Amino acid sequence: MTFVQYFRCFVGIVWREGLRFVHQRERFLSAMVRPLVWLFIFAAGFRSVLGVSIIPPYETYITYEVYIAPGLMAMIQLFNGMQSSLSMVYDREMGSMRTLLVSPLPRWFLLVCKLLAGVAVSVIQVYAFLLIAWFWDIQPPLIGLLTVLPALILSGLMMGALGMFLSSAIKQLENFAGIMNFVIFPMFFASSSLYPLWKMKESSLLLHNICWANPFTHAVELIRFAFYGQINWLSLSYVVIATGVFLGLAIYGYDPGRRLITRKAGA
Amino acid sequence: MGRGNSSLTQPKNQERVAALEVAGLTHDFGSTRALDDVALTIHPGDFMVLLGQNGAGKTTLYSLVTRLYNNRSGFIKIFGYDMRRKSSQALARIGVIFQQPTLDLDLTVEQNLHYHAALHGISRSQAQERLEEELNRGSLINRSNHKVRQLSGGQRRRVEISRALMHRPKMLLLDEPTVGLDIGSRQDILDHVRGLCREDGLAVLWATHLIDEIDKGEQVVVLHEGKVLATGSVDEVCKLAGTATIREAFTTLVRREPEE
Repeated sequence: MTFVQYFRCFVGIVWREGLRFVHQRERFLSAMVRPLVWLFIFAAGFRSVLGVSIIPPYETYITYEVYIAPGLMAMIQLFNGMQSSLSMVYDREMGSMRTLLVSPLPRWFLLVCKLLAGVAVSVIQVYAFLLIAWFWDIQPPLIGLLTVLPALILSGLMMGALGMFLSSAIKQLENFAGIMNFVIFPMFFASSSLYPLWKMKESSLLLHNICWANPFTHAVELIRFAFYGQINWLSLSYVVIATGVFLGLAIYGYDPGRRLITRKAGA
Repeated sequence: MGRGNSSLTQPKNQERVAALEVAGLTHDFGSTRALDDVALTIHPGDFMVLLGQNGAGKTTLYSLVTRLYNNRSGFIKIFGYDMRRKSSQALARIGVIFQQPTLDLDLTVEQNLHYHAALHGISRSQAQERLEEELNRGSLINRSNHKVRQLSGGQRRRVEISRALMHRPKMLLLDEPTVGLDIGSRQDILDHVRGLCREDGLAVLWATHLIDEIDKGEQVVVLHEGKVLATGSVDEVCKLAGTATIREAFTTLVRREPEE
């Protein structure tokens, strides 16, 4: 197999994901409505309850809406990662995952392509959200819209890889409510997306530590800093490591020689 | 099976190499034995029917031969390429039609085929050429811009066959491809695949539990509870079972096998 063939395969997988995205308008709509509800309603309600002091990367007092915007961007990616993992389980049952896996290209490469295709879709969703949020006074420096892109790609990869690993390891993923309860809600609420970690520390040190260890917190902080043209090195390292671990586990989960896939397919 | 250690190097003479050679293949799911020392050989141009009831192990065999997961014992060779060590070369030579439908219903026929071509690293222009050729052959060219959702069950199967031929494989593996189809469509698909086998010299492994899908002169493998009970031409299998028809032969062979 030559480099050109690898490239064609990559383009083909991204192109298919794009086509599916275009055809699933309701998925796009719900991906938009979810963060906008948080922004328009939840943030408005909590604006007066939660005062946010000046913490980096902010240099002035900010409204609560501005504070939670990066968390909502990460939330879009979290949902997208979980939804694509759900579609992988569905795909595998319906058989189109098998079409992918009988390609003569190495399996790790196929999985990474699938992951990148999902990330591309999630980045488009985030920018669509930012476009609407702009009119709601979420207005970062213009350069921030550019510098946030690599952060979004990296955090999208992390969440996609987590979803992919879950799809290989968990038998019953068909039920999205289960994913909501056991993955999305805990990750989202035990993070810095809705409240700064120092506020959590005032309530409970243990909770603060849990939030700190949550990879989602670091995805949010990475995006938050990048949104203002800065790099949070700690979060960047944390997200890079977490992505590596999740991706390794996902490739392990889909390895034809491992027990995971054998057990599931035989069940 | 004493051939498990045989050489895995590339074949020198493609013509004499078996399209598919399986030997000593045993596979367990937990404590359940799904395949027990399975061996079979298909040559280029052979149409071989893998006959077995539901649960006989047909789908497990297909999962191993298409490397959904690895075989842990014995070997699987496609045109001499070992599926574990040379999986890329082996997979490039097979076209697969799975039991469950695997097309994207919301995409058009053409888009589905282009996706498959990309997975095999085929260029867009070459894919377009082959796509027209294959759809013509499957009498589907006037449907190329239709969404798969708009097609009948039989047409969808034919699209899957066209798709499986896009990368010019030398062998087709079909796992119960006629399940859920009416008699007319079933015959249509069978005739189509038999034609491919005859005209292009494709090797075909056709899994089914429907005995009437076997034609005289074809090769048959009878699989029951993970074991190969008989293999050979229809006549040979009938002779082995001491019966006049393949239907009686199948019943006799399955009954002869002591229940555990």
